[in-house]
Amino acid sequence: MTALPAATPKKLGLVIDLDTCVGCHACAVACKQWNDIGEWGPLPDVDGSGPRPEGAWLNRVHSYDVTTPDGTGMTLHFPRSCLHCEDAACVTVCPTGASHKRADDGIVLVDPDTCIGCKLCAWACPYGARELDPVQKTMKKCTLCADRIYNVDLAPEDRQPACVQACPTRARHFGDLADPESAVSRLVAERDGQALLPELGYRPVNRYLPPRPRRNKAGDTGAPARLEDGHGFDADRASPLLRWLDRVLTR
Amino acid sequence: MHPAASVIAFTTLSGAGYGLLVWLGLLVGFGQAGRSPALVLTALLLGAALVAAGLLASLAHLGRPERAWRAFSQWRSSWLSREGVAALAGFVPILGLGWAVLAGAGPALRDAFALALVPASLLTLVCTARIYDTLRPIPAWHNRWVLPGFLALAAASGGALLWALGVLAFALPPHRGDGVVLLVLLALAAAVKWAYWRHIDRHPGGVDPAAALALPAGSAVRSFEAPHTEANFLLREMGFALARKHGARLRRLCLVLLVVLPALALALAWAWPWLRPPAAALVAGSVLVACALERWLFFAQARHLVMTWYAPQGPGV
Ligand code: SF4
Ligand code: SF4
Repeated sequence: MTALPAATPKKLGLVIDLDTCVGCHACAVACKQWNDIGEWGPLPDVDGSGPRPEGAWLNRVHSYDVTTPDGTGMTLHFPRSCLHCEDAACVTVCPTGASHKRADDGIVLVDPDTCIGCKLCAWACPYGARELDPVQKTMKKCTLCADRIYNVDLAPEDRQPACVQACPTRARHFGDLADPESAVSRLVAERDGQALLPELGYRPVNRYLPPRPRRNKAGDTGAPARLEDGHGFDADRASPLLRWLDRVLTR
Repeated sequence: MHPAASVIAFTTLSGAGYGLLVWLGLLVGFGQAGRSPALVLTALLLGAALVAAGLLASLAHLGRPERAWRAFSQWRSSWLSREGVAALAGFVPILGLGWAVLAGAGPALRDAFALALVPASLLTLVCTARIYDTLRPIPAWHNRWVLPGFLALAAASGGALLWALGVLAFALPPHRGDGVVLLVLLALAAAVKWAYWRHIDRHPGGVDPAAALALPAGSAVRSFEAPHTEANFLLREMGFALARKHGARLRRLCLVLLVVLPALALALAWAWPWLRPPAAALVAGSVLVACALERWLFFAQARHLVMTWYAPQGPGV
């Protein structure tokens, strides 16, 4: 059914730390790997080992040069995947009922056996979280590893999304965002986690933790404050040889 | 958005077909059927064939066309599903009118089927337009000019086809009134499209790339590395961009084909009645090409918000 549940008791989702993400694509690769063999797989490519490989990935990592309004420059890596929205238009537009949101945990999924590949759900997702499988011709999207997180055949520490487990900088966190006491909710509260483009009204569940203010002054990093200005040269306290050198070089 | 041939063919052909059926239903329903049952049948057949051809073309847009029947199930929430149901239901008055004319049923029954064509065809057109204008991630579609645009172009192209059919196949006597009505329809369609284009130029929509990246407002953002080196579905489907100056030229061409050329042809046909058949063919052809071109532009000039991440546009870019 493409009707959305009025509210879900659990809101499982990801919290992604843009401060620590280094853009290594480990999450995207781990995702591709697991979902190729998982319950909603395969995730095949066209021309996989040829010169023009192309296929559906459920997670894409962008990299940007950013200058914030105060003039600070920084590099930002941005993993983009399904946000498991509460008001997911990708579900309500689906003519077949293949696209659905689970009533118990809020995960948004596509049934590969009933999807007709009309692509309307991909048009309806502002976040570009859906890609058509070029081989199966059905829609693919992040499953939040629903086939891992409840999987009793896996060791308890493995019952988390493949991307979260693979992230070397622990920039990805998984949990229940409906529970204010959960670790992810506390993280969102502490770090002012953001819902992307809330004005569109999709009410995403996932949150992004904005990069912390960059420390680009010497003093901010714990280095001696005298490194702050000039070249850190204190003529009064330097040896006669250095004072002479300083005079020669500044002439 | 990628202008897919299947969707352009579908919406252009079925739009013209439903427009034709609306006018046919009105003419028959309001007592003009007695003039020529053969014309009614031929027009009905043409309308039904256009609608059916459009629906078949739309199947080509599906990844798994063999499962298309599943699309009738979600009419409670999905405009695409509603469109399918309405299109199917629309064949009831089509078949009914065909049967009534062929079997010589009483005029009351015939006119009832004819009048039922009007809401049935309009309903499908409305569903089609709503598929597009409810899509918030595509600002060029999510606005109030989309529905009038679909309706006005269907009315214009359907009217042009019906008129041309009457002139070409049934040698309708020269009659200024119908030419004037047709011109008004074409001018109206052109005006609505012009208003639509003006609207999307003035309100391009879009979001601040900084907000899309959870950054403070006013941050300048430049992509230095794309997430993938080869093409993907998103870039193929949503990464289509048409140069502004080409767009402006094509819009002018569209208006010329939609109203200027047909107006000239109609004027010639008025001056020299023996020119009516070629003029009618020209009007029909020109208007149909204009509609297809308009639909192509409707896709080509629509930017999906996902492009914000691929090619951020905003302060400092
Ligand atoms: S991110 Fe896109 S695909 Fe995921 S739930 Fe939201 S609208 Fe649907
Ligand atoms: S592509 Fe599949 S999941 Fe998406 S709207 Fe169409 S039928 Fe539904």
